Amino acid sequence: MEKFSTHTGIGVPLRQSNVDTDQIIPAVYLKRITRTGFEDALFAAWRKDPAFILNQEPFNAGSVLVAGPDFGTGSSREHAVWALKDYGFKAVLSSRFADIFRGNSGKQGLLAAEVAQDDIELIWKVLENAPGTEVTVDLVSKTVMCGNVVAPFEIDDYTRWRLLEGLDDIGLTLQHEEDITAYEATRPAFKPKTLPARLS
Amino acid sequence: MAKTLAEKVWDAHVVRKGDGEGANAQPDLLYIDLHLVHEVTSPQAFEGLRLAGRRLRRPDLTIATEDHNTPTLDIDKPIADLTSRTQIQTLRNNCEEFGVRLHSLGDAEQGIVHVVGPQLGLTQPGMTVVCGDSHTSTHGAFGALAMGIGTSEVEHVMATQTLSLKPFKTMAINVEGTLRPGVSAKDIILAVIAKIGTGGGQGYVLEYRGSAIRALSMEARMTICNMSIEAGARAGLVAPDQTTYDYMYGRPHAPQGAEWDAAVEYWNTLRSEDDATFDVEVDLDADTLEPFVTWGTNPGQGVSLSSNVPSPEDFGDENAKAAAERALQYMGLEAGTPMKEIRVDTVFLGSCTNSRMEDLRAAADIIRGRIKDPKIRMLVVPGSARVRLEAEAEGLDKVFKDFGAEWRFAGCSMCLGMNPDQLEPGERCASTSNRNFEGRQGKGGRTHLVSPVVAAATAVRGTLSSPSDLDPAPESAAVRIDAA
Repeated sequence: MEKFSTHTGIGVPLRQSNVDTDQIIPAVYLKRITRTGFEDALFAAWRKDPAFILNQEPFNAGSVLVAGPDFGTGSSREHAVWALKDYGFKAVLSSRFADIFRGNSGKQGLLAAEVAQDDIELIWKVLENAPGTEVTVDLVSKTVMCGNVVAPFEIDDYTRWRLLEGLDDIGLTLQHEEDITAYEATRPAFKPKTLPARLS
Repeated sequence: MAKTLAEKVWDAHVVRKGDGEGANAQPDLLYIDLHLVHEVTSPQAFEGLRLAGRRLRRPDLTIATEDHNTPTLDIDKPIADLTSRTQIQTLRNNCEEFGVRLHSLGDAEQGIVHVVGPQLGLTQPGMTVVCGDSHTSTHGAFGALAMGIGTSEVEHVMATQTLSLKPFKTMAINVEGTLRPGVSAKDIILAVIAKIGTGGGQGYVLEYRGSAIRALSMEARMTICNMSIEAGARAGLVAPDQTTYDYMYGRPHAPQGAEWDAAVEYWNTLRSEDDATFDVEVDLDADTLEPFVTWGTNPGQGVSLSSNVPSPEDFGDENAKAAAERALQYMGLEAGTPMKEIRVDTVFLGSCTNSRMEDLRAAADIIRGRIKDPKIRMLVVPGSARVRLEAEAEGLDKVFKDFGAEWRFAGCSMCLGMNPDQLEPGERCASTSNRNFEGRQGKGGRTHLVSPVVAAATAVRGTLSSPSDLDPAPESAAVRIDAA
């Protein structure tokens, strides 16, 4: 995973709450077996509407999505994060993220920054009054800057550290393989195994 | 400190305590007892293992099935859609290569992953269960800590059989009283979500408690836990009891003999202590609950079936008001319209929420001897091949077919419309599934979430209806035809 410390790019105001992962990427695109190439799938249904924000310049070149509360609800599909990244987004700001989406973002190096709704409203105003304004997301100081707005954001310490260091999760866990093996020796015998298969 | 059920299950699975506070504080590393796999969220994870030269640590704690992207017709023929066929074939190849047990299309144990696990007795109290699917919360009905995860975490579990998990907060959902006839588990959970909102459960594990929950069957408890994720929760669970044990006893992978006794002894400890405190408590009155239905485009936008479509003005919060306006426009609804006057085109009975035997029986009991509204298309999709076989043994397939419904093969089907089972633009559906998002069941489709009995009553009347709206069942369909 690439290291993330700070990013500056055009902000995209998405004035909508409950943007679920079915909207971020509809199920029909989930048939693919690759991890990349999902840029065309991002917000596929909404992008058919010429008035949709990503169909307007300069927002189509945006890299920081500024969304309403409860972003990423619904399906666990990590394809939602892949699609945002493939399109060019580096960070999403929202006052509330669904837990699974937030987790998926952290694994993929997409920064999910929790910003108070009052600050989101201020940033929306800046971006709407001056389209093309850049947003800076600084993970070191946990601060977001846009025009004259400077606001703190929340992210859990562990995800922040992993993003800053660009660390691979599985590699980190496998450093503790002895602990895993030791735990396995204590598991009760009645816990089920899928193999050998027992059938009805 | 006295622990809640969720905290007990968590503590029993800690492989390595987290490093506490600080800049690089590591969360607890938890052992995963069961990993369920399906074709959609696994191919990139298997590929990741291959690229890193890693093995799948515990094939014997892993099981796969084909469900999301499978057809529900002509399952003996090659899958028509080439991309879908490739995805299914990829799962088959991966399971072969990594030694994972797979129940493929056509196999008697194939079906929706959350129906298959409990049915085989693989889901048991006190376990940690994960799957690359948000409705993994279903398995919480057994008193398991069950969570949906993304593909990166799927790969992590494959490689390590563990997950690093952030601590959670606890929420008690207390449902006291007795459900009235025609009111079911689906109505309880839709009412809970409407009450706490789609983000109300974020960061929480919900424990469903109270006399109304204790009175529910396992399948009904699964319906409730299944939709915990629609309230944003990390997981939802119910403490195991005799109902749980009776359901499990004798299932293929349930413990046997002395191991059963040892297991029950342990399972009996799996309850929240009387003096344990929850971070939040929510109360719901089962006595006054009515059949519930959604009117909007997220599962929190629901009302009693006997009420009217709400107005955006009913919502104080600006975001909720804007969301309601947008939802009404998408759904093609006027504020103030009685919900029961809304005409639907399609009825879908299926999904991991409501596709088990009890769901099919409850719907069949409503339609038996009645006539389907001629304009309604009704799809019945059993949750698993096993459910389909059992239903056919009871003659339920005949009840549905006589009524004019389509009797399909098992899978996720129209819940998410990945396969050909989709709504047309503008088509309105009463659906026993779990999500009414824009376009969820097909581009431009309009979804109302309902219980199986409301779905069945709606198929009879053509408008959203509760069983109590139906005329008394005639002696037979023939009598009804003569009378007409």
